[in-house]
Amino acid sequence: MLKLRDGVVELYRKVATSIPNDVEEALKKAYENETNQISRTALEIILKNISFARTSSRPICQDTGFPVFYVKTPRGLSQSLIMEVINDATRIATRKIPLRTNAIDTLTDNNTGDNTGFLFPLIHIDETEEEHFNVELLLLGGGSENIGQTYKLPALINIDGKEFIAERNLEGARKCIFDAIFKAQGKACPPYYIGVAVGGSKEQTAFLSKRQLMRRINDENPIAELNTFEKDLLQEINRIGIGVAGFGGNNTAMGLKIALAARHPASYIVDISFSCWAMRRGRLIW
Amino acid sequence: MVRLNTPLNTEDILSLKLGEMVFINGIIFTGRYKVHRYLANEKPPISSMPFDLQGGVIYHCGPLLKKHDDNYSVLSAGPSTSSRVDLYQPEVIRTYNIKAIIGKGGMGINTIKAMQECKCIYLNTISGSAVYLANRIKKVIGGYKIDEFSDIEAMWAFEVEDFPAVLTIDTQGNTLHKNIKNLSSVNIINLIQR
Repeated sequence: MLKLRDGVVELYRKVATSIPNDVEEALKKAYENETNQISRTALEIILKNISFARTSSRPICQDTGFPVFYVKTPRGLSQSLIMEVINDATRIATRKIPLRTNAIDTLTDNNTGDNTGFLFPLIHIDETEEEHFNVELLLLGGGSENIGQTYKLPALINIDGKEFIAERNLEGARKCIFDAIFKAQGKACPPYYIGVAVGGSKEQTAFLSKRQLMRRINDENPIAELNTFEKDLLQEINRIGIGVAGFGGNNTAMGLKIALAARHPASYIVDISFSCWAMRRGRLIW
Repeated sequence: MVRLNTPLNTEDILSLKLGEMVFINGIIFTGRYKVHRYLANEKPPISSMPFDLQGGVIYHCGPLLKKHDDNYSVLSAGPSTSSRVDLYQPEVIRTYNIKAIIGKGGMGINTIKAMQECKCIYLNTISGSAVYLANRIKKVIGGYKIDEFSDIEAMWAFEVEDFPAVLTIDTQGNTLHKNIKNLSSVNIINLIQR
């Protein structure tokens, strides 16, 4: 368990101080095709930032985020023990890397000082038939968290005074996604990575939409209709013109991923999660 | 390339154009939600603060610092979302005659009005480029309300060299954020109606 703890500390370091290859590649591609001069300069600085952070092992963003773990364990291991190990690793990583202390006691308003608190970090554990541990970590910044949206369809979508009905279908979800991006503008560091989920319960869709951020940018959705939806919508989003940091241009999003869950007849919930360009995710197999 | 030195000179500020990149040299003061709420509600006199905020530059940032004995170094210090302090910003600008705000995402109509009155500009720096920006901070001059608000929410005075940012709200109330918002609404409406 000590080895697992040290492994999680190193996972924190990797995730906080570097970004995955697929994301860096997407940003390099964005730099190549960016037509807006300010956004191009911003991308140049962003790419330098990624390289400075990696070589100096410093957090890529001062907001080292809300840590969310997705853990798959071999059968029969104690879940409470794994949570203890992750909490210990969080305290050590906070001192050692260091991470910014982001856990606030919501009642007293005091910073807990070590990035742990009730349901902080958030840890999802699934038992599997595999022999290995699979620990995935997402560090999501507060700005990105705050621009996420939830819609209950049918709903009236209002874009600057022009109204549209979002019906209970993928076209309705598409309108919600446009609305969420319109509300977000450049507030949370675009180009964004966008996770969407449609289903029938708030926690189910909130979980799933954030989970989509863990998918690689170039993966394919196994459901052909959703795969087309993801690719077409991404192209459309990049015609909106918000651009890098909201400066304008043709790079508003790096990727969009959608998942569906079964729903209750009364409910049709569309939940949308965002990540900034500094999409910090990583995996440890142990 | 436009270099601005603090304290900012009103003439220099007035001649800047939307979308222009500037490089700040001198002193900037960080402030997030708690600092802004405190300054707006309590209006502490400058004499009670460890540094002279009057006519200064505010940076919306909750930095990641490292403490060595009594000194601090900045590891990572990008901008924080500006709209979170929108309720308090107008009062802070008027009380301390703030000449520039650095942040990300722009600010609301009441803040923009106060900026027009006080000839204050808004600079959107490069979001998320926190190590790059920390490298532009040459020295931590001091902190205010560190124990009360914690490192993340305290006010820090940083000495910066060629700190990059883009002018996105001028002293006339013109804003790149509004222009981009208008453009994006036209584009989204067209896409929805395809």
